[in-house]
Amino acid sequence: MPVEGSNKTDNQDFMKIFDARIERDEKVEPKDWMPDAYRKTLIRQISQHAHSEVIGMQPEGNWILRAPSLRRKVALLAKVQDEAGHGLYLYSAAETLGIERDELYQQLLDGKAKYSSIFNYPTLTWADMGAVGWLVDGAAIMNQVMLTRTSYGPYARAMVRICKEESFHQRQGYEILLHLVKGSEAQKDMAQDALNRWWWPSLMMFGPTDSESTHSEQSMAWKIKRKSNDELRQAFVDATVPQAEVLGLTIPDPDLKWNEERGHYDFGPIDWDEFWQVVKGDGPCNRERMAHYTKAYEEGAWVREAAMAYAEKKQKRREAAKSDLQVA
Amino acid sequence: MDNSLSPNQALFNFALHMGDNTLIAGHRLSEWTSQGPALEQDIAITNIALDLVGQARSWLSLAGELEGKGRSEDDLAYLRSDREYTNFLLCEQPNGDWGMTIVRQFLFDCYHFELLNALLDSKHEQIAAIAAKSLKEVTYHLRYSSEWMIRLGDGTPESHKRMQNGLDERWRFLGELFEDTETDKVLAEAELSVLPSSLEEAAMNRIEAVLKEATLSQPEVKHFQTGGRKGIHSEYLGHLLAVMQSVPRAYPGQSW
Ligand SMILES: [Fe+2]
Ligand SMILES: [Fe+2]
Repeated sequence: MPVEGSNKTDNQDFMKIFDARIERDEKVEPKDWMPDAYRKTLIRQISQHAHSEVIGMQPEGNWILRAPSLRRKVALLAKVQDEAGHGLYLYSAAETLGIERDELYQQLLDGKAKYSSIFNYPTLTWADMGAVGWLVDGAAIMNQVMLTRTSYGPYARAMVRICKEESFHQRQGYEILLHLVKGSEAQKDMAQDALNRWWWPSLMMFGPTDSESTHSEQSMAWKIKRKSNDELRQAFVDATVPQAEVLGLTIPDPDLKWNEERGHYDFGPIDWDEFWQVVKGDGPCNRERMAHYTKAYEEGAWVREAAMAYAEKKQKRREAAKSDLQVA
Repeated sequence: MDNSLSPNQALFNFALHMGDNTLIAGHRLSEWTSQGPALEQDIAITNIALDLVGQARSWLSLAGELEGKGRSEDDLAYLRSDREYTNFLLCEQPNGDWGMTIVRQFLFDCYHFELLNALLDSKHEQIAAIAAKSLKEVTYHLRYSSEWMIRLGDGTPESHKRMQNGLDERWRFLGELFEDTETDKVLAEAELSVLPSSLEEAAMNRIEAVLKEATLSQPEVKHFQTGGRKGIHSEYLGHLLAVMQSVPRAYPGQSW
């Protein structure tokens, strides 16, 4: 593997090869030379994505013990378990860039790494399990389908696996709501209330508007990102409005209407003050999510230490047995 | 009253008991989801929870059929009080730390594994079928909990202390697993199930072997706690059910 920064002319040559590879739409693989900034951007993005999967277990985990039927309980458990699995694939993808999982955990614990702000909103009723699946997993899919074509090979391949499960999650969430809107008045109200609370935060999941987005331009050039925040947000709105109509629910946006000329739905302004407030740590559940994560991490320390100690003991015993054999 | 227990009534009691054990054990494990000691263990323990709740669905559906009053798995899970639940006290005990949870699960797995093996020969087709499906899963549960017993028992001084403490604390619920009730006698007579007492030797042999490898000592208990199968539970079950049943109780008669 070429060592970075060893020689300026070398680096320029490598850069040319790298740029040409991106240009040809070929995947960059872990052993390939890549610019430092590309590597850093990927580590930041993939680990942030992994952290989101893991922290994202909490709002839905909040309803596992209260799922209203055994069928729903099993489905929800399986869903939250899938998210843990997504976290694992993504941490592995990040590790191919030369960073250890423990370091990534530490960044999250120290508050240096971010996760998706959507998980800082509370899940208040059972209908939220429907709305989260439908909207949050739905918004995630928009982003993740794009990422199946991202330029970094291990990230793209992790996404292919994840996308299959995410679309299942989305259908599962939608089906929860479909069931509720066919039910009693109280159940319908519950579904509408969930949509009211989750709609705008879901639109914020795509990040700042293109003109404000700091990382976007370079990420597009490197084909890490292949669509802009606003493009993805629009695609999400266009896909979701008809689904809300099928449910008979009203999207809480008086400005929402079909624009014949653009061939897209127009929608009202996003409350960016709220967006930044939550990003910067003052959302409704930021503290709770981190407290929950930190507590689990700390309480698990003795288990991880013991598992390591046992593995070492076992290894030593095996070696001792081997040398005994050799002596004999 | 017990003398007049009909085979069908006994079958219902048994299916309900199996459903309650697996549901309550699975529910407890699912409390770990999102707070396991590592991501891999979070996934593994959730998997076991999933298996157990899945098994509970089979047993409770069977119980509903046997009863013949049109009660569904959800009616039985969500609309019975703690006094009507017949799970073992062991299954409802709080998780405590990871070690305490592993101890509870291990003791239950040793019993569960032997029972399911025996139920493969049940003359009741559905019982044999549920047992066959469950046994594949429980074989893995037992391997998982045994490995963790050993790993933590023989890990660090701290993990050893915690495991011994967990064992000392949970051991008093073990005796109940091997008690024969009227239900068991009726079913064993008809070769539909077996006497729990007949499982004790094999289960205890396994427990002893694992404890030995884990460098843990077997606690001595003067009196075992019992009562679960009669609906006399610990104080914990009422709280567990209050949470679990909250939505269907708040919106009676709705479908979810
Ligand atoms: Fe996910
Ligand atoms: Fe998902």
